Amino acid sequence: MKLTGAQITIQSLLKERVDIIFGLPGGAIIDVYDVLYDSPIKHILVRHEQGAIHAADGYARATGKVGVAMVTSGPGATNTVTGIATAYMDSIPIVVFTGQVPTKLIGNDAFQEADIVGITRPCTKHNYLVKDVNELARVIKDAFYIARSGRPGPVLIDLPKNVQQAKTEFKYPKELNLPGYNPKYKAHIGQVNKAAQLIASARSPVIYAGGGVIYSKGATEALKKLAEDFSMPVTNTLMGLGGFPGTHPLWLGMLGMHGTYQANMAIVHCDVLIGVGARFDDRVTGKLEEFAPDAKIIHIDIDPASISKNVIVDVPIVGDCKDALMKLNQALSEIHVNWKDKHKAWLEQLSDWEKTHTLHYQQPPDGPLKPQYVIEKIYELTKGKAIISTEVGQNQMWAAQYYKFDKPRTFLTSGGLGTMGYGFPAAIGAQAAFPNRLVIDIAGDGSIQMNIQELITAVSYKLPVKVAILNNGYLGMVRQWQQLFYKGRYSQTSLEYSPDFVKVAEAYGAIGLRATKPQEVETAIKSALNTNAPVFIDFVVEKEENVYPMVPAGAPLSRMLLV
Amino acid sequence: MLTRVAGLFSGRGFNIESLCVAETIDPQISRITLVTSGDEQIIEQIKKQLNKLINIVKVIDLSETESVEREMALIKVKATPEYRAEILRIIDIFRGKVIDVSPDYYTVEITGDANKLQAFIELLRHFKIKEIARTGTVALSRARKVFKKKEEE
Repeated sequence: MKLTGAQITIQSLLKERVDIIFGLPGGAIIDVYDVLYDSPIKHILVRHEQGAIHAADGYARATGKVGVAMVTSGPGATNTVTGIATAYMDSIPIVVFTGQVPTKLIGNDAFQEADIVGITRPCTKHNYLVKDVNELARVIKDAFYIARSGRPGPVLIDLPKNVQQAKTEFKYPKELNLPGYNPKYKAHIGQVNKAAQLIASARSPVIYAGGGVIYSKGATEALKKLAEDFSMPVTNTLMGLGGFPGTHPLWLGMLGMHGTYQANMAIVHCDVLIGVGARFDDRVTGKLEEFAPDAKIIHIDIDPASISKNVIVDVPIVGDCKDALMKLNQALSEIHVNWKDKHKAWLEQLSDWEKTHTLHYQQPPDGPLKPQYVIEKIYELTKGKAIISTEVGQNQMWAAQYYKFDKPRTFLTSGGLGTMGYGFPAAIGAQAAFPNRLVIDIAGDGSIQMNIQELITAVSYKLPVKVAILNNGYLGMVRQWQQLFYKGRYSQTSLEYSPDFVKVAEAYGAIGLRATKPQEVETAIKSALNTNAPVFIDFVVEKEENVYPMVPAGAPLSRMLLV
Repeated sequence: MLTRVAGLFSGRGFNIESLCVAETIDPQISRITLVTSGDEQIIEQIKKQLNKLINIVKVIDLSETESVEREMALIKVKATPEYRAEILRIIDIFRGKVIDVSPDYYTVEITGDANKLQAFIELLRHFKIKEIARTGTVALSRARKVFKKKEEE
């Protein structure tokens, strides 16, 4: 029997076991939505396409599965671009379907036409304009594979309206047709042995683990074994949080611009650095020339282009993190060294640094509410078991510093692109994937307003996402930079006029709570946790609190501002 | 495909000195010959980034192997009667060809590697060049010079 392109799209999604789509219909995708009407796939109708793409991203980060977003042509498609770029920078598997004007109108400046394939070329792992319905099933098959395999990433499929309507025989291909695409999963054993020899010669090694450890299934266990069996400390990047237990004695905390003192000192003083699934981003390395100045560097990554891109490494290992780590564990276990004794002095040194420069803040009992205190209370009252998403800026850094993540896929944050407005729709996506888990977005008063319209999505689908707004009346991180590096000239960072977030919540049919004093924090959080509905909590916090420690942009990690 | 490659180079700040695209013997696959420059780390990064593009089948760095390269140029040079003989001599030395003649101009076709073209263009400059169109370099790795023995094949 012949199917239309629209039917083939939905049938192919079923073959890929897609259970949920985030989207918003329009004229150029209406045929697919017509088929969706009778299909078992759940659809979450957002209020802005940026919400759809971030929700698909949050779904993907929380589950490890491919997130799916569907939007119309032109503005529908362009509204997803920020979300696609967000997913691209953080290697998140998403397949985005965009409607497109009929093929004969393409290039004619038709109504709601945009060259979305051209626009998204540099921020997708791959993208397709399907011009022939006979190619459609093959394209969808390849797209899902590309999105989830190797270093994951977003893939966009542009579907002209006449292709959605054209008919052909449907057969979902069994094999892939990607001759030029062959991700390398197996780590080269010779390289692994070189790495093992290097580690055996080290006195002060440190493991620096990124998001790759979370995306490679089973890698977190292998990482834990590497750290424990060979007595080596671990620091995580922002994207890596949850890849190693945040309560583990060998954990140093996050490194980089707002990393802990001991993590950054570990990088400065280590003699062997083992990078795993991380990409030596500038927010991590600080001044490149002085990054890990005394260390030989081992780098495990599935993307060869990430290796020696910023920092020249001594032992590159291309492969899947889990495979490489397991082989490395095996190779190290064959070397007879008393690892505990060998690294004892180093671990003691690190522990001293932690004691002298621990993360800290002061919450005066009657003084203004400190944002860090709010995060610590959320951590305490959720027993560290929530899925936390964040917006971007100070809220994100305090969440990263003061919430301890023990499990992978529990921290959803826009690390690479730094997209304000990401956290709330991402939380909705994660909540849609796990209706019974606790999902909390840690937001700022600036960020939350960037996708606040999605509150009605949460309300209408009964997705009980909690949003903790750290309301300091500023675009706080930019204000912090202005204070520290621009002579306190707060150019356009004051959010003196903001909506009443409690009333906003109520207007949307959600619950709105407020805490302005330290004594009110616990009650507010408990009340939110006991509510099976979306909740905004407006935490009115100290206006000019800064995130410390801080390495100024472009400075070496050794030059930390400590307060 | 061309836009993906060109976009990659501009997006990542690599430079393209020349670029040439055409079909290969398999009409499904085209060959892009691209000339670029950079230090070792940049060239390595360029190769890796190109390999990441999904529909690139293979990346070959011809500077690492024995290869032959050619470029063609069409040059419209001022050729007033008093200089025609000299221009023709130069063209002859470089094995170029005059492919169009007008009262004031010769249009010359010349093929060779980058050095030869450069030298030729420098010489013609003395007579005033009006326009140049260059194809950019195409190149192939050299085939093996020794005949394979039967059993090896």
